[in-house]
Amino acid sequence: MNVIKQIRRNDQPIYLDYQATTPMDPRVLEAMLPYFTYKFGNPHSRSHSYGWEAEEGVEKARGQVAKLIGADEKEVIFTSGATESNNLAIRGVAEFYKDRKNHIVTTVTEHKCVLDTCRHLEQSGFEVTYLPVQKNGLVDLEVLRNAITDKTVVVSIMAVNNEIGVIQPLEEIGRICREKKVFFHTDAAQAAGKIPLDVEKMNIDLMSISGHKIYGPKGIGALYVRRKPRVRLVPLIVGGGQERGFRSGTLPTPLCVGLGEAAEICMKEMDGEAKRLKKLQERMLEGLQSKLTEIVVNGDLEHRIPGNLNISFAYVEGESLMMGIKGLSVSSGSACTSASLEPSYVLRALGVEEEMAHTSLRIGLGRFTTEQEVDTAVDELVRHVNKLRAMSPLWEMAQEGIDLKSIEWAAH
Amino acid sequence: MSYSEKLIDHYENPRNIGSLDKNSGDVGTGLVGAPACGDVMKLQIRVGADGLIEDAKFKTFGCGSAIASSSLVTEWVKGKTIDEAETIKNTDIARHLALPPVKIHCSVLAEDAIKAAIADYRAKTAKKIEEPNTEEPRHAAE
Repeated sequence: MNVIKQIRRNDQPIYLDYQATTPMDPRVLEAMLPYFTYKFGNPHSRSHSYGWEAEEGVEKARGQVAKLIGADEKEVIFTSGATESNNLAIRGVAEFYKDRKNHIVTTVTEHKCVLDTCRHLEQSGFEVTYLPVQKNGLVDLEVLRNAITDKTVVVSIMAVNNEIGVIQPLEEIGRICREKKVFFHTDAAQAAGKIPLDVEKMNIDLMSISGHKIYGPKGIGALYVRRKPRVRLVPLIVGGGQERGFRSGTLPTPLCVGLGEAAEICMKEMDGEAKRLKKLQERMLEGLQSKLTEIVVNGDLEHRIPGNLNISFAYVEGESLMMGIKGLSVSSGSACTSASLEPSYVLRALGVEEEMAHTSLRIGLGRFTTEQEVDTAVDELVRHVNKLRAMSPLWEMAQEGIDLKSIEWAAH
Repeated sequence: MSYSEKLIDHYENPRNIGSLDKNSGDVGTGLVGAPACGDVMKLQIRVGADGLIEDAKFKTFGCGSAIASSSLVTEWVKGKTIDEAETIKNTDIARHLALPPVKIHCSVLAEDAIKAAIADYRAKTAKKIEEPNTEEPRHAAE
């Protein structure tokens, strides 16, 4: 396919970080281009055809996004991305209903933009329950049920985790929320377009979507806001009252059109793509497992999007491994890649021990990943893990049968 | 993170990887760091009859900076007396490799490793003088 050749130049490393971002599908770019040039009108201009044309593009896109999640187009508002959508959903609901309710339930493995929104709300008097997750990364439904009180206004649980790709039981969570009469918000940045989502079947009241995670443009996202029963929000951005008053500001027409086109492609190709990625995921994992011992997959393997693997390569520190595999672009849960020097809080929440968290890599597969790339990645990973284990004192001690836990290490 | 050429060279072509016999009387072993913190260095020196460090080996679990720092100190200590080797400062290592500020602790660990190896060697020789041919040397986990 000609399309694939345009994604990566030959001198670039193999891209295996699809949870960080995705390249834009060339079909998306094509759909966007006219809206940068001759269809440049302000979609809110009502007095001439430039405006109407732009509006038509935006409204078509709104419908495409709505269709992907089983919503009505009137329930979709455009934002700058999933971070804004998450901020607006949680803060907006909390602020609107604060006279009656002041409690929010979320999980410890949410994206930082959800956790940070909750922390800010805590500072202004809200109470937040951060649910733990089980060893496989999934929330325990009984724990969730017991956490909801008559003061709870919203439950915010992500659909798919960005580090370990596990899929939360959305339908069951939605059922509990409906039963308890609390709103259910889900951050679906990593889920939309990858797994089937249906706001009706799953009783979802608010859903955040990101453009650049689904082969669309960066700088655009969407928030689904249920109309029946109606969810009310206090806006974060006020002004001209666009987007049903939830989000003022002139819509970026080309970005909206791009998000819509990306959503439509995802919907049409989801089944085939998921099957293809599942095969690649299995190929990657089997390749590594057949050539390396002591590697551990973090998070549930079954309830997981096929485009993600998160693997700890015991006795090999993640950053040093990434330095070795120069031909591959992946990310690591190791502390050494972060400014904070703390290993991944998501892995820690699963009960992954710190020493194993330091050895983890997140490998993201996507629409443009090929079998050949997977094979190259396996070879390169195996070679470098072996090289680094040969120089790892921990590997040496483990081979000698020394129990690393019996040693009194000095924390520094 | 962008690293200096010297650092990358030490990471890609580490000098003196390996192990010396930790039970040997002329070998000092330092094992510093902790797996939970993401870096562990094992550094060993063999001291000749003339009092000079004639060989040094390392193994490191850690980021590229930790590997490079330990590789570098094995180069530096060879041919030095243990008193000279003891004067190696983490700031020298950090400067030589142009470590980014968040990686300074790697050079601190490398300095600790050489100090621990020297301490282990000294403890062994002190024992040898007091009571020759006694039990196994201690496992120097610091």
